[in-house]
Amino acid sequence: MKNFKKVLAVVMALALIVTCFAACGKKDTSNDKKDAVLKIGFTGPLTGDNAQYGLAVQYGAQLAIDEINAAGGVNGMKLELLYQDDMADPAAAVTGYSKLIDDGMKVSLGGVTSGACTAFLGEAADDNMFMLTPSATAVEAIQGAYAFRVCFSDPAQGTVSADYIKDNGVAEKVAVIYDSSDAYSSGIYKNFIAEAKVKGLDVVAEESYTKNTKTDFSAQLQSVKNSGADLLFLPIYYNEASLILAQAKTAGLNVKVFGCDGLDGLVSMENFDKTLAENVMLLTPFSTSATDDLTVNFVKNFKAKYSETYLNQFGADAYDAIYILKAAIEKANVTADMDASAICEALKKAMVEITFTGVTGTDITWGADGEPVKKPIAVKIVNGEYVVM
Amino acid sequence: MEFLSAIIAGISLGSIYALIALGYTMVYGIAKMLNFAHGDVIMVGAFMMFIALTKMGLHPILCIIFGTVICTILGVVIEKLAYKPLRKATSLAVLITAIGVSYFLQNSAQLIFGAGSKTFTSLFGSGNISLFDGQIIISHNTIVTICVSVIIMIGLTLFINKTKTGRAMLAVSEDKGAAQLMGINVNKTISITFAIGSALAAIAGALLCSSYPILSPTTGAMPGIKAFTAAVLGGIGSIPGAMIGGILLGVIENISKVYISTQLSDAIVFGILIIILLVKPTGILGKKMNEKV
Repeated sequence: MKNFKKVLAVVMALALIVTCFAACGKKDTSNDKKDAVLKIGFTGPLTGDNAQYGLAVQYGAQLAIDEINAAGGVNGMKLELLYQDDMADPAAAVTGYSKLIDDGMKVSLGGVTSGACTAFLGEAADDNMFMLTPSATAVEAIQGAYAFRVCFSDPAQGTVSADYIKDNGVAEKVAVIYDSSDAYSSGIYKNFIAEAKVKGLDVVAEESYTKNTKTDFSAQLQSVKNSGADLLFLPIYYNEASLILAQAKTAGLNVKVFGCDGLDGLVSMENFDKTLAENVMLLTPFSTSATDDLTVNFVKNFKAKYSETYLNQFGADAYDAIYILKAAIEKANVTADMDASAICEALKKAMVEITFTGVTGTDITWGADGEPVKKPIAVKIVNGEYVVM
Repeated sequence: MEFLSAIIAGISLGSIYALIALGYTMVYGIAKMLNFAHGDVIMVGAFMMFIALTKMGLHPILCIIFGTVICTILGVVIEKLAYKPLRKATSLAVLITAIGVSYFLQNSAQLIFGAGSKTFTSLFGSGNISLFDGQIIISHNTIVTICVSVIIMIGLTLFINKTKTGRAMLAVSEDKGAAQLMGINVNKTISITFAIGSALAAIAGALLCSSYPILSPTTGAMPGIKAFTAAVLGGIGSIPGAMIGGILLGVIENISKVYISTQLSDAIVFGILIIILLVKPTGILGKKMNEKV
């Protein structure tokens, strides 16, 4: 009996080794032209506090990939989406990156949120891995010649918002409430204040909160009320914005509200009292109520497959990201036998040459710094719908 | 006037912290474990009430009862399945299990209800009371929160000190072995503790989400940590300590936001916590337990 156990152990060990080699062998052949699959990977918060953003990116990208594959792929290759959950945590993004490399990622969409994307970027540098992030807005998230983005950067949003408010005479005295524990929010805040100074826009109150104090805003709202501001600038995400709007009503604060793309998603919140968002203005590159064919189709197909909760700018950015990659791959003539580094070299040349029209902008071009050149749309929420101003 | 409204807002937030802290402190006192899943029970309670209100269209009172009953059952089930098998294990193992249960609840809620945030409709109406020509505005939610918290705290104190079950809980918290020898059913007492703690969590969930109307699978996490801090501040294991700790935390947080800086309020709250724990390591009302040999 003892011997039998020994024999069994040896046999099992051998079996394990054989399957290992078998798996390795399979991996090698997957690069053959027969399979011709190009794997695109990203990490994003698929669970936890920011899951709605990560899932939106996953669904948006998958929708575009399914459409492209159904139409025959790109350069004879089928696309495949790989993803890892990073819970918006930079450390988890690094782990996720290694897993994606193991799974055969050749091109990346980077990280979904700024902090995680910056960590992802550091790893990608070592492998010369091409990166086109749909939604990481921080400046440092795309530093490096191999990194590009679809969305606006934080400085661009802060500057554009201050310019818009001043140039269109929206308000004279402005108050700001921002999240000091969040890179996105404080990035916009800093650039907004700097541009406001340049433009001569009067900032009368600067209040903040952190991720640990994001329930009670009565103190901040009281200070805004006392400052006599006629506009409240909210460079924050819509979750907290919904609370701020509700509490502003209770506090009897009656000012105009202006926000950035983080407020996109406010009116699609389940059970949200849409009258609170009446007349809220925001700058966003994507609007679900746009009437061009691309947007109409995207909205229709997205709703058919996924929950409407995730139909927001993040999903639209990711959907565009895949089509931008497709355009760049066609331009650079990327084939499946190229390795990640060669693909990166080819794509980074192609990126600055293409002009792209998608759901998040028309005739978008890219500079060598990786920033997109496009115009934001200013919209106003009227009766729960976006109306272009 | 500004001072008064800051105090009122602080007490309102603080009484919610206190209600949650009661759950932490009772379980710690009796089972000698930190139940980190407690914050997520709040979230489950709030989701149940949200569904009862928006999908089933029940009366707000029935919604609260529905959520409370579900949470009570949930609390007992969690204790039976996850913690009871570990009664003899090291406290570290139990702690890790509790964190596991917390993640389990959060991620299950995300799978079932989706990751997006929902707006919670107040269960207590949405009116305001305006005092001194509008210088102080108090919402109905604030008044209900403070009243309910006071009633619950008085009720709980009476229950613990006057009833047989309550005294059994006190006995178990002092010495499990001796209590068992006196004929107290320790397992049943622990179950009752979890049931009461979870029911309080559900009520705290109703108050929290009515005052701050947003609901997502991670809604309970942050107030949970704050309440745990409050429980430590007041002296973990002590019921009046949890109440004092909770209200103190809420008031300090709000006053520092109004008068010092919204950026620094966290640093101030936790700075005060460190000072109090340096002066009195067991917390404000904590008792020093001598190791019995």
